[in-house]
Amino acid sequence: MILQRDLMAAVAQQRDSAVVVTTMGSRGDWAQVSSTPQRDLPVSGAMGKASSMALGIALAQPDVKVILFDGDGSLLMNLGALIAIANKAPGNLYHFVMENGVYATTGGQPIPGQGRFSMAKLALASGYPAAYEFDDLEDFSTRAADILSQRGPVLVCAKIVPEVEEESPGTTLPPGVLPMRQAVREVQKALGVSPG
Amino acid sequence: MAGISPETLVDEFKKNDVTHVVCLPDSETNWLYLKLQDEPSLDLVPVCREGETMPIAAGLSIGGKKPVVLIQNTGMFESGDSIRGIALDLGLPMVMVIGYRGWTRKGPTPDSAARYTEPILNAWGINYYLMERDEDADRISLAFEEASRTSRPVAVLVGDEYHAFSTGKK
Repeated sequence: MILQRDLMAAVAQQRDSAVVVTTMGSRGDWAQVSSTPQRDLPVSGAMGKASSMALGIALAQPDVKVILFDGDGSLLMNLGALIAIANKAPGNLYHFVMENGVYATTGGQPIPGQGRFSMAKLALASGYPAAYEFDDLEDFSTRAADILSQRGPVLVCAKIVPEVEEESPGTTLPPGVLPMRQAVREVQKALGVSPG
Repeated sequence: MAGISPETLVDEFKKNDVTHVVCLPDSETNWLYLKLQDEPSLDLVPVCREGETMPIAAGLSIGGKKPVVLIQNTGMFESGDSIRGIALDLGLPMVMVIGYRGWTRKGPTPDSAARYTEPILNAWGINYYLMERDEDADRISLAFEEASRTSRPVAVLVGDEYHAFSTGKK
């Protein structure tokens, strides 16, 4: 099992100018390792729709890498996104699924089918050209540069240690995380896009 | 009887510089969907469930493109939290063209999909325009203008004669 922040630190080293989309359970850890917060988009309160938003950004900006940190519970809420992503096949989308087996932001309840399915196999069966599973940080770190230079969409399922949040994520923002609406404006500015 | 031709909607989309149509086909929009597949200037982004359309459209807008959402009113109901948390909360312009299943001018509709459509849009504070025939096409441009000016979602309800899309008849 991998600590989420350790895996993110390894990804951050390969980031370059990528836009990074995070979900509720990953936004706080990413903010601690990100060197380009103006290109970070924390998606919260969206019932698993970060993957769909990342697809839209990837299609709009095909020359910009988009790295998505999804959660296993989040992706289960929006599983059709695997098909939608594979169908449009954005070559610049890197879809990380942080698999901890629980709803970490609501008290740590187990997700349905905990431990009985493979997100990587689901991705491959959906039409992703490549998908990987890692439960060891060193294994991932040695492959990270190679994976992030492949043509997407690529899914990476990381088995991470559950870290159950004690405060409701709807009421507080982790340190360094902008409100989503403000983050949208920052990302648009970084991409040279006029709002509206 | 007057109706709406798919060419009219496609022309409106092109006139408003739409780049992507994020959609889930339904019985009312089938013919339009086929027309869109043959339109090289519009990139179709099909989804599995309507709630995906708003975040995909938001992502496209964040990235500088101009999407339109094309779904049925039943799909709008399914999309409730995406409309709340993304279309409304992010303050992005978003035009949603919504097939108005069950809408009729001919008396009470037995279809609850129609009965709940406008009350729910009103509850969200989302303004909407009704399009029943080709002559109403400029309401799509109005919707785009309003969405851009207010940075909010605006709906275009495509009513009754939209069924012509399934049959090819006007």
